[in-house]
Amino acid sequence: MEKVYLGIVLAPLAGAILAGLFGRPIGRSGAHWVTIIGVAISFMLSLVALKHIVIDGAEPFNGPVYTWMVSDGIHFEVGFLIDRLTVLMMTVVTFVSLMVHIYTIGYMRDDPGYQRFFSYIALFTFAMLMLVMSNNFMQLFFGWEAVGLVSYLLIGFWYKKESAIYANLKAFLVNRVGDFGFLLGIAAILMYFNSLDYADVFAAAPFMAGQTIEVIPGVEWSLLTVICLLLFVGAMGKSAQVPLHVWLPDSMEGPTPISALIHAATMVTAGIFMVARMSPLYELSETALSVVLVIGAITAFFMGLLGIVQNDIKRVVAYSTLSQLGYMTVALGVSAYAGAIFHLMTHAFFKALLFLAAGSVIIGMHHDQDIRNMGGLKKYMPITYWTALIGSLALIGFPGFAGFFSKDAIIEAVHASHLPGTGIAYAAVLGGVFITAFYSFRMFFLVFHGKERMDEHTRHHLRESPAVVTVPLIMLAIPSVLIGAVAIGPMLFGEYFAGAIHVLPQHDVLRELGQHYTGPMGFILHGLATPTFALAMLGVFFAWLFYLKQPALADKAKELLRPVYDILDRKYGFDDFNEVVFAGGGRVAGRWLWRIGDAMVIDGVAVNGTARAVGWFAGVLRHVQSGYLYHYAFVMILGLLVLVTWTWFVLG
Amino acid sequence: MSELPLLSLVIWTPIIGGLVVLAVGDREPWGARSIALVFSLLTLALSVPLYAEFDTSTAAMQFVELSPWISTFNINYHLGVDGISMPLILLTAFTTVLVVIAGWEVIQYKTAQYMAAFLVLEGLMIGVFAALDAVLFYVFWEAMLIPMFLIIGIWGGPRRVYATIKFFLYTFLGSVLMLVALIYLYYRTGSFGVLDFHLTPLGLTEQILIFIAFLLAFGVKVPMWPVHTWLPDAHVEAPTGGSVILAAIMLKIGGYGFLRFSLPITPDASNELDWLMIMLSLIAIVYIALVALVQEDMKKLIAYSSIAHMGFVTLGFFIVFAIIAKSDSMQGAAMGIQGGMVQMISHGFVSGALFLCVGVLYDRLHSRQISDYGGVANTMPKFAAFMVLFAFANTGLPGTSGFVGEFMVILSSFKANFWYAFLAATMLILGAAYTLWMVKRVVFGDVRNAGVATLTDINRREFLVLGALAVPVLLFGIWPAPLVEVMEASVQNLLEHVAVSKL
Repeated sequence: MEKVYLGIVLAPLAGAILAGLFGRPIGRSGAHWVTIIGVAISFMLSLVALKHIVIDGAEPFNGPVYTWMVSDGIHFEVGFLIDRLTVLMMTVVTFVSLMVHIYTIGYMRDDPGYQRFFSYIALFTFAMLMLVMSNNFMQLFFGWEAVGLVSYLLIGFWYKKESAIYANLKAFLVNRVGDFGFLLGIAAILMYFNSLDYADVFAAAPFMAGQTIEVIPGVEWSLLTVICLLLFVGAMGKSAQVPLHVWLPDSMEGPTPISALIHAATMVTAGIFMVARMSPLYELSETALSVVLVIGAITAFFMGLLGIVQNDIKRVVAYSTLSQLGYMTVALGVSAYAGAIFHLMTHAFFKALLFLAAGSVIIGMHHDQDIRNMGGLKKYMPITYWTALIGSLALIGFPGFAGFFSKDAIIEAVHASHLPGTGIAYAAVLGGVFITAFYSFRMFFLVFHGKERMDEHTRHHLRESPAVVTVPLIMLAIPSVLIGAVAIGPMLFGEYFAGAIHVLPQHDVLRELGQHYTGPMGFILHGLATPTFALAMLGVFFAWLFYLKQPALADKAKELLRPVYDILDRKYGFDDFNEVVFAGGGRVAGRWLWRIGDAMVIDGVAVNGTARAVGWFAGVLRHVQSGYLYHYAFVMILGLLVLVTWTWFVLG
Repeated sequence: MSELPLLSLVIWTPIIGGLVVLAVGDREPWGARSIALVFSLLTLALSVPLYAEFDTSTAAMQFVELSPWISTFNINYHLGVDGISMPLILLTAFTTVLVVIAGWEVIQYKTAQYMAAFLVLEGLMIGVFAALDAVLFYVFWEAMLIPMFLIIGIWGGPRRVYATIKFFLYTFLGSVLMLVALIYLYYRTGSFGVLDFHLTPLGLTEQILIFIAFLLAFGVKVPMWPVHTWLPDAHVEAPTGGSVILAAIMLKIGGYGFLRFSLPITPDASNELDWLMIMLSLIAIVYIALVALVQEDMKKLIAYSSIAHMGFVTLGFFIVFAIIAKSDSMQGAAMGIQGGMVQMISHGFVSGALFLCVGVLYDRLHSRQISDYGGVANTMPKFAAFMVLFAFANTGLPGTSGFVGEFMVILSSFKANFWYAFLAATMLILGAAYTLWMVKRVVFGDVRNAGVATLTDINRREFLVLGALAVPVLLFGIWPAPLVEVMEASVQNLLEHVAVSKL
């Protein structure tokens, strides 16, 4: 199987290299063929691995590929850990990636950077696979930063666009803030565990439970709490949790296929995956779990609110992604790791679907992304319409759709948890349900229903997108409907993750829920009776009322809630704050250190002072070198006297 | 093969080559260039066996040559390399070849002298790394400054006189004190053998004085804050080749000096003053990175970036004592030193490449101001790809060599103190900020002005040079084992030596 695993990562890499370095000779179709074949191989082999591990029940694979380096007796390896968690991620990543590759043929058809684009997304697939398949922290960090790099390259893919190259710099820097914490967490692990191998670290973790670390002298903190929080800072960057979420909405400057692949389905869930992978560590620190829970709850609720005031179709979906990532984080916080991964999977399908549907709309609208200019697209784009409807229903958790199972499970899990902070979190995730339904259907109605508000020219050209676009939509719509009902049993309440995810009995809310679980049908019936369903329906109803039935109401509400609207419109001021305090502050500090520290003090006083002193001394010396022999003789005698005296007294 | 005096060959081949080039003169510039290329390639070829036949299992000096030179004072022509110096010699030989190719058509004024200066410089720098006799070391050390002065002074920019004088003042101050220290050590040991210095016991006061003398010499070279201000000026005025050699090799001589002299000769003083070294290193990382952020001149920006990156080198070297003190074992200490060394090699490739990138742009538009560019990717896509690659290597992206050293140093400094690692790791953010902000303003965006619109992409010669640097940057990022392996025995030996008090 080792060869299969190698093939899974190397096939997309080979595609990326071929398309990237030989883009011109192989041409446009050559570029999409090599990368699509590469990713398709990767997907097929992932299915083989899935079958091998899950159906055949093979033991997880944990082994090195090669030794990166040996320093100080520590082996830094590049290696794979393939267990049930990994194969699931691999399958999801390669499937969504394959769909996005195919879709790109249509979306980027006229772009001059066609080959480059395919090279990047194949490279991304490679990096993401390296991340999820890693068996150690070093490679995890490798993949972590590599996906960040490709994200940077892709957000700034249209490098002529000022907003795009601003957004990609911002994305990379904010992610680096996360990576900063992440790297310190890894350093802490190496120091105390003396290994970066997952297996070694997880095995030793229970013995570290009492260990403390003095970050601030005199204050003892639990080592595992510190490690978990540092690692979580990394997750906050990558998975865009407040306050490191600011880069994700701006990342929408990139082409839509990558918004679907990277900024919705895969890369942004890396943080979620990481925490789930580290469950043996997080389980040992309730403090860390509480922090995770609260951060997730804040993100889920407040980022959802922002989705309501957005008018750019992609930004609505982006804020929705932020909010859903918050849900996953909340699940992690209550130790429902399996719930988080389950939601990660369903979300990957329906959110990729929503993004690609949005992209299809954008193609139809000639790259106008403002939903206020749309309306009534249903009759022009039926496939996009129906698939978008499926995606939206899955997103709001309509009973029976994939998102319903995963989101309801999370809400129930929060309800069942006893961790500090669950009260707020439960309120946040419930409120989030209403908000999600409201902004999702606000967008849906504004885009597909109601008056046709686009200009005549655009309307004249409106038509359904080509098959390379619609087929991936349909392919993604299928799991958006089915995967929840199929997977909920084994993944949440079965033994699917046994061995891969570790939960302490006292935290195991999913086991508690599982006692009442009778099957998908029972789950749906139970769901219909919960406030969740009512809230979702209420959200859809209000969206219908405000944006379809009585559009004047929306404006009235906006006027009535002006102060709230303004806060939302300014995105709570995070961007302004960062721009002034961090970006501005950094530049001011730099200028100050440069002008005062370097130029005035060091150069002005010390260096030029020395130069002047040397000059002055030389001037004095010039007088000494008078050329008169008796001057020299005098100095010689003087010197001799000093030497004799010194020898006399010192050496005795 | 090993019967050949390989080290002498790699030292003297380029020096003789330089004299030959001078003799041929630049009536026929093509001839001078070709001869220079042949000699630099020959030197590189001669240096390959140093790696290929290197015995990684021993910390002892290899390829040793020893013959009396001035026997009255027990001065010897003593050469040898270990895992610390050998990679630096290869880096020197490799970089010089690239500098010769990079200067090919670019240098029209006194071509022969230009090429000769670099060849002679190469031999002298290799001499510094290979010398095991203090006098020999000192001769190479001082002599190497002469071609560098000439390079900046003759082929430099408008403020070259100021830059050379500043450079001279700084280095002179350090060198003189180092000479005093070396002579003192001679009186103590009766020998100029560097390895004898390692073994001689010294009192703490003596050690501290010697340490400070060395610190001034090596600290200026590295350069460490606050004796760094010569570097940005020297870089800005130096021709591209001069900047490349300065950044890639000359700075490393300072780092090398700490490993070969300061740590083993004065271990107790190093232990006593490690707080100072750590503090200066951390200031270099944070302070200088902030200064780099606001630079408007690309060369200055990269120069400041170099200083910040060299902060990792000195941090890695001097973190060892804090680790040993805290954990009572040497576990983790070797990684700091190795990390510093890897950082030196990697920085040689990366900063050299970045200076070459700036050179490519400067040759076309005769400006180094960031504001004169913008949207270079539109007209120079191949160049843009290289520039982005090296920029990311500069930000320490995993998969490039820039990651390895920083990673190792941060990991090991955590063992000493959380806050050391914390401050060092700010490089992750600040390094990315200044490097990528520059990339954004230079490479990306729409074509900004008529100048950028006329740019032509890199030619085959430039492609060759940048490509040759991209290979090791990626190779050592993906697989640093071969580099770390050759250092292992020497670093362990150094550590064992350093851990024993000389008092």
